[in-house]
Amino acid sequence: MATTIHQNAVEQDTAPQKIQARFILKRSDTPRNTFELDVNLTLPGGGVTALFGASGSGKTTLLRCIAGLEKPSQGFLSINGQSWQSATHCLPTHRRPLGYVFQEASLFPHLTAKGNLAYAIKRTHAPLPADLYDKVVSVMGIETILNQRPSQLSGGERQRVAIARALLIQPGVLLMDEPLAALDTARKQEILPYLEQLPALFDIPIIYVSHSLDEVARLADHMVVLEQGKVAAQGSLTEVFSRIDLPSRFGDQTGVVLKGIVTERDAHWHLSRLSFASGDLWVSDSGDEVGQPLRIRILARDVSIALSHHEDSSITNRILAEITEIAPDLDEAMVLIRLKVGTDYLIARLTKRSVAHLQLAIGQKVWAQVKSVALVR
Amino acid sequence: MSFSEADLAALWLTLRLASSVTFVLLLLGTPIAWWLARTNSWWKGPVASVVALPLVLPPTVLGFYLLMLMGPQGVIGQFTQSLGLGTLPFTFWGLVVASVLYSMPFVVQPIQNAIEALGNRPLEVAATLRAGPWDRFFSIVLPLARPGFITAAVLGFAHTVGEFGVVLMIGGNIPGETRVVSVQIYDHVEALDYGQAHTLSLLMIAFSFLVLLGLYGLQRKQASPMGKEH
Repeated sequence: MATTIHQNAVEQDTAPQKIQARFILKRSDTPRNTFELDVNLTLPGGGVTALFGASGSGKTTLLRCIAGLEKPSQGFLSINGQSWQSATHCLPTHRRPLGYVFQEASLFPHLTAKGNLAYAIKRTHAPLPADLYDKVVSVMGIETILNQRPSQLSGGERQRVAIARALLIQPGVLLMDEPLAALDTARKQEILPYLEQLPALFDIPIIYVSHSLDEVARLADHMVVLEQGKVAAQGSLTEVFSRIDLPSRFGDQTGVVLKGIVTERDAHWHLSRLSFASGDLWVSDSGDEVGQPLRIRILARDVSIALSHHEDSSITNRILAEITEIAPDLDEAMVLIRLKVGTDYLIARLTKRSVAHLQLAIGQKVWAQVKSVALVR
Repeated sequence: MSFSEADLAALWLTLRLASSVTFVLLLLGTPIAWWLARTNSWWKGPVASVVALPLVLPPTVLGFYLLMLMGPQGVIGQFTQSLGLGTLPFTFWGLVVASVLYSMPFVVQPIQNAIEALGNRPLEVAATLRAGPWDRFFSIVLPLARPGFITAAVLGFAHTVGEFGVVLMIGGNIPGETRVVSVQIYDHVEALDYGQAHTLSLLMIAFSFLVLLGLYGLQRKQASPMGKEH
């Protein structure tokens, strides 16, 4: 699907680089408790791909298969043209050019932060580019803690050193297994800006495991939804978020992500106009300059529908849209309605009674009223 | 306190025996401990039990069977004879073999515990940082499990120094070859030479006390082992 950040779409469409992964893995911890991973994926060879799913959905197992830390009964893996695993061969983990950031801080306790970085540098196959060390250290903001031992660092600091260490191995792909999950909310907010910068600063495809839709909406370009070891959905971030046949995966958090650009700032009312391929939205001024690309999230529960464009409403944002799909919600009384706005989508969550009352049907043109918009970044 | 020439010879022999045994045990015990710490095999229980047998067996039982096996008619004896090495009983190397088996659990168990406490994660992390298996052992396992290795070495050494029954069964009482301190003390007592017996015995008490003191000090210092940092 085309998005307004054209650059992203173009990169993904034309890049010959891609990651192909097929794995079958069966595991039985107890005879009654068996788990089977069975996936066949083609992922973009750049940008951030999120593996999203509930705990037990197999997302970490899939990541570990890619790293060679799990031994699938059948495996095929090719990363941007390099074969890591096939029917005839399987590279052990230490021969795979990857970086891996574990969920909990995984620094070696007998080495200082600097020693941990040196551990990686000593084992890279490529020579270290002159400025890479300084760049990584300053991007992750760890200049002042390099001489400390892991036990002296906070959880957030440890994770930043661990990410720096993974970058210094000069990986062909960076795998991150819920790097924020072990941190409290404040620490998460501390690390997120560091993570956001990575794709722009380092030209490395990132595969990011998460069970948090907030994190995924903020960081990812591409998204794979896993459920019970199978792929339930995959595609660009905006596309997967706009699907309404996955309410059980998203629940209350069902809603779309839109990528737009600040095109106008209204100083008097403290509002910014965000422009999308398919229209404009006015949102609270976030302080971002005109021309700044932004991501927003519009939850289905914040979108209502009117049949006519009336001015006697407090809602600022009204957009003409076409109903393309109606699907049941987890809540018996509610339905989800997918609305097409140009090339973008919105989702509205309405009561069944309203749908009957307004006689809404697929193909109908309606006014989508957006009550609230969350700035993702 | 003064030592006779025979006492000094016994002390030197004991030192040589304990050092050799410790060295062999670290080389041999480490892979066994590694396997026991990480395997899920059905064989784990049986192998761990065999390694631990000397903890409960009377030393005479172990000594008796080793004597049979390493003697001229035994399987090992025939093998060593075919290599032109003669037989092992009543030689220094016979004592080394017997002591290695007898002190095995004291070396394997601390190393096994240390590797188990380490867990799999540091090794996985090292593998994602391009460290191969040997590299992982020397750069991660050895430094992080160091207290376990030191405990193993000290216990293996001290336990060999304190051996008596197995030595008597396998080594007999040959001065300079198999007469270690514990046997020398036994000789002094048999000869009613209590003064000499006291001298050596007090030395052994002091040695044992210092070893244990050092060991407990080490364990207290390592009270915060690795992997507990989060």
